[in-house]
Amino acid sequence: MHAPAPKTLAPKTLAPKTLAPKTLKVRIWRGREEGSFCSYEVPARDNQTVLDVVTEVQRRHEPALAYRFACRVGVCGSCAMTVNGVPRWTCRTHVAKVAEAGAITIEPLRNMPRIKDLACDMRGFFDKWQKAGGRFSGTATRAEPPAKVDPANPRRRAADAAIECINCAVCYSACDVVSWNEAYLGPAALNRAWTVVNDERHALRRTTLDLATGEGGCGNCHTQGSCMRHCPVGISPTESIAGLKRMSLLSFLVRDRDAAEAPAGARAEAEEAPA
Amino acid sequence: MSERTLFAAQRLSALLLGPLVLVHLALILYAVQDGLTASEILSRTRGSAGWAFFYGLFVLAAAVHAPIGLRNVLAEWTPLPPRAAGILAALFAALLLVLGARAVLAVVVPA
Ligand code: SF4
Ligand code: SF4
Ligand code: FES
Repeated sequence: MHAPAPKTLAPKTLAPKTLAPKTLKVRIWRGREEGSFCSYEVPARDNQTVLDVVTEVQRRHEPALAYRFACRVGVCGSCAMTVNGVPRWTCRTHVAKVAEAGAITIEPLRNMPRIKDLACDMRGFFDKWQKAGGRFSGTATRAEPPAKVDPANPRRRAADAAIECINCAVCYSACDVVSWNEAYLGPAALNRAWTVVNDERHALRRTTLDLATGEGGCGNCHTQGSCMRHCPVGISPTESIAGLKRMSLLSFLVRDRDAAEAPAGARAEAEEAPA
Repeated sequence: MSERTLFAAQRLSALLLGPLVLVHLALILYAVQDGLTASEILSRTRGSAGWAFFYGLFVLAAAVHAPIGLRNVLAEWTPLPPRAAGILAALFAALLLVLGARAVLAVVVPA
């Protein structure tokens, strides 16, 4: 350690830094569908995430600001917002990466009704997971030993590539087809359907394939790839949807016995399940 | 018709149209390069079961393929409800069938 600098010098050299800290200009959407942007200034900090900024605004400037988050580490999928026009998981988006000229604009995700400020109503998004047949329905009972699934099996590999979805709706917000067609199930729900049609333990593979190919299903996708481009965990719903299209076309030509084996009881159960 | 059937019909008709369009284009190039006159062309097509089949299939495939795409465009880009888009597309399919059948008959039916 060096000897401390002479006391008289210290204030002079430190003063400019502490008196004029860098600030970040933040515009945040306030209101519902009707509303406006409010501007705030927060100190710019090292390693600051967009979620940190929103939290700082809520703690220091705007206690009534509504937004969602839970884990803060990119696991729960609840913090997604539109940042400078792009859908992102805010807890793992560094301000330094997205700020344009020291400013960021934060809005709720697109394609879902706005509830308040940065929170939107995600019910439609989650309902579509059910409509796409994404609910797992097992073939075995508790008493049976766990199924032996070969991790190298191509179907399992296809499912594994799509399984890590955190339900953040970033892809749903990025997809133009969702904005054009209300009935479109969207990339996340179809990506989920793709994982279960490839899961050999799923009893309703045929039902799921039918639902994922039916009204609002995979046939609507334009393979434009916005979902894949923006998915924060690197999933490609585009590829999953292409897989569904291929599988549905093949099963149209050749009735896939393997997938058609759903027991009648299980099928009825799925149909009764709340949409 | 279910979405699934329409999806399959559109892809399968595309599969057919691919080679048909290529042969059709090659044929146009051949006829133009060789300077075939209309009567020379008609003399080859009239009464030919082969050409009747080829262009008959072409018209059928086009009349299946194009309206399904049109239906999607209408559903996505206009405020029409899906049913109305379906009806318009079906009318378009009928129009393609009629015009196509007329054209095929005109070149294959012996004068
Ligand atoms: S690839 Fe398909 S699901 Fe993904 S954004 Fe494009 S249209 Fe939407
Ligand atoms: S696929 Fe990716 S972007 Fe879409 S909900 Fe899942 S994690 Fe989010
Ligand atoms: S807060 Fe959980 S993913 Fe961002």
